[in-house]
Amino acid sequence: MTADAGRHRRKALAAMEAETGLVHRRWWTPYLFLAPGLVMVALFSLWPFVNTVILSLTDAQILRGGTFVGLDNYTRAFADPDFWTATGNSVLYLVVVVPCLVLLPLALAVLVQAEIPGIGFFRSAFYTPVIASAVVVGLIWQWVLRSDGLVNTVFRKLSIVSEPVPFLTDSTMLLVSAMIVTVWKGLGYYMVFYLAALGNVSPSLHEAAALDGAGPVRRFFSITVPQVKPMMLLVGTLSAISALRVFTEIYILGGESGGPGGGARTLPFLIRQVGLGFSGETGYASALSILLFLLTLVFSLLGRRLSKGDES
Amino acid sequence: MTAAPRGRLRLAVRYATLVLMLVVMLGPIVWQFLTSIRGRTENVYDGVLPARPTLDNYVLVADSFPLLQYVGNTLVVAVLAITSNMLFSAMGGYALSRAGWKGRKSVFTVLVATLMFPFESVMISMFLTVREMGLVDTLVGVWLPGAVSVLNIMIMRSAFLAVPKEVEESAVLDGAGEWTRFTRLFLPAAKGALAVVCITSFMGAWDDFLWPLLVLTNSDHYTLQLGLKTLAGATTTNDQRIIAAGAMAALLPIMLLFFALQRFFFKGVGEGAVKT
Repeated sequence: MTADAGRHRRKALAAMEAETGLVHRRWWTPYLFLAPGLVMVALFSLWPFVNTVILSLTDAQILRGGTFVGLDNYTRAFADPDFWTATGNSVLYLVVVVPCLVLLPLALAVLVQAEIPGIGFFRSAFYTPVIASAVVVGLIWQWVLRSDGLVNTVFRKLSIVSEPVPFLTDSTMLLVSAMIVTVWKGLGYYMVFYLAALGNVSPSLHEAAALDGAGPVRRFFSITVPQVKPMMLLVGTLSAISALRVFTEIYILGGESGGPGGGARTLPFLIRQVGLGFSGETGYASALSILLFLLTLVFSLLGRRLSKGDES
Repeated sequence: MTAAPRGRLRLAVRYATLVLMLVVMLGPIVWQFLTSIRGRTENVYDGVLPARPTLDNYVLVADSFPLLQYVGNTLVVAVLAITSNMLFSAMGGYALSRAGWKGRKSVFTVLVATLMFPFESVMISMFLTVREMGLVDTLVGVWLPGAVSVLNIMIMRSAFLAVPKEVEESAVLDGAGEWTRFTRLFLPAAKGALAVVCITSFMGAWDDFLWPLLVLTNSDHYTLQLGLKTLAGATTTNDQRIIAAGAMAALLPIMLLFFALQRFFFKGVGEGAVKT
């Protein structure tokens, strides 16, 4: 009956299309619907990208246009110790943070996967740092890590240290502190990704393995991990890209200069410092932006390559 | 060991681990909260719990900093962002979800490709564009670049793809025009996705820091997150109780929203993953 009605309907529709010669919409109607989105994307995504490429080949400054200087900005970057410090910091950030954010949220997801009383509360609680803004999270951790903060006070009361640990006042320590904050804030976010992936793992696999005498740890590595591997690659790629974008954590924890002597500056940090302000060098900052883009591209292509290889 | 005690032991270990993680994940936030309600005369380290809990710090932070003005500015950006994102991403997602028009595939590819540009690598040029438009140091300048995000368009597209073709066809037969079908048929069918777009837009406006930092110069125009930065860096206060009160004032509304609308938050995660 319903199938019949459907057939009639389609027939009538086909007849209508044949009659009018239209696929029941004018060719420009979809573009009318898309117009606001396309205009915004053109104005604030495509054009800025093209403009960044162009500016990176000029000596433009914030208050005046530039002239073509070829690849000078790029050779300057490669000779600039600040560029190498920032790139080193960004890559170090990625190398430390990505494994943590691939593995720890998976463990957390396994932990909260079981439908036991109160588990909903734990899931929500673990997600709370995700909804907090980077600034608030920075302030919260500043008060934990400052020289008169919680950790140092407890350490001193227990006589573990005599001098406060310079979590925020030493460049390397500042970078490590920011990494801890990034991982802490990212745990709940990627946990939700893994929860979705774990939902697709058939429980019968675990039951069969348990019957064969495999313990929980063994089952985790030989059943769960292979099953969620595509998700691990996705999380790895996403967290790598966001690791290269780190700015606010350093800014709030370490201040406007990016740690003592700017030693904890990341690439986005350097780009903002170089490119804006009254003496902002937009040309040079644009070259740094393109280098950041290329770095991001390398890691997203790497992620894609890995997951392609995984499928075949 | 028999099965039952062993299972019980496992459950105990699981809860113990859960509680340990709870301390790690909420501990720093709770510590900040406890500091924010610590009495003015107490030392911040006198015991874990404040002896004389008070809301004075919240009053003080609202008095000494234009916190409400910052919230007001943020809400202006948030309302603009929610409205434009819900409307424009729904429209764009609708067009992309409908088959049978030329250029659909190319438009889709271009949009997805723009997701490849990290904001940080185009922010200098974006700033120059906004400056060109005369929008530096305005709330419109804060809002405009995020007025419609590609990710939201993709979320709406996925939702509209799930609407059965038969429903649309019968609406066509009833003589409903494109706009009518969009507003009467498709929008109600995608309420869940619209809620996700609404919440993520609000969160984006409320939590964003780097872009407002580039655009806004006059502290009268500061959004909440920028205001918090000045609070932390201010020379006028070294009092952590006041900073904590400011941070909690920024966090608590979001937390309430989260606990009230949890399922939409979780739905939003990974929802933008592009299905082709």
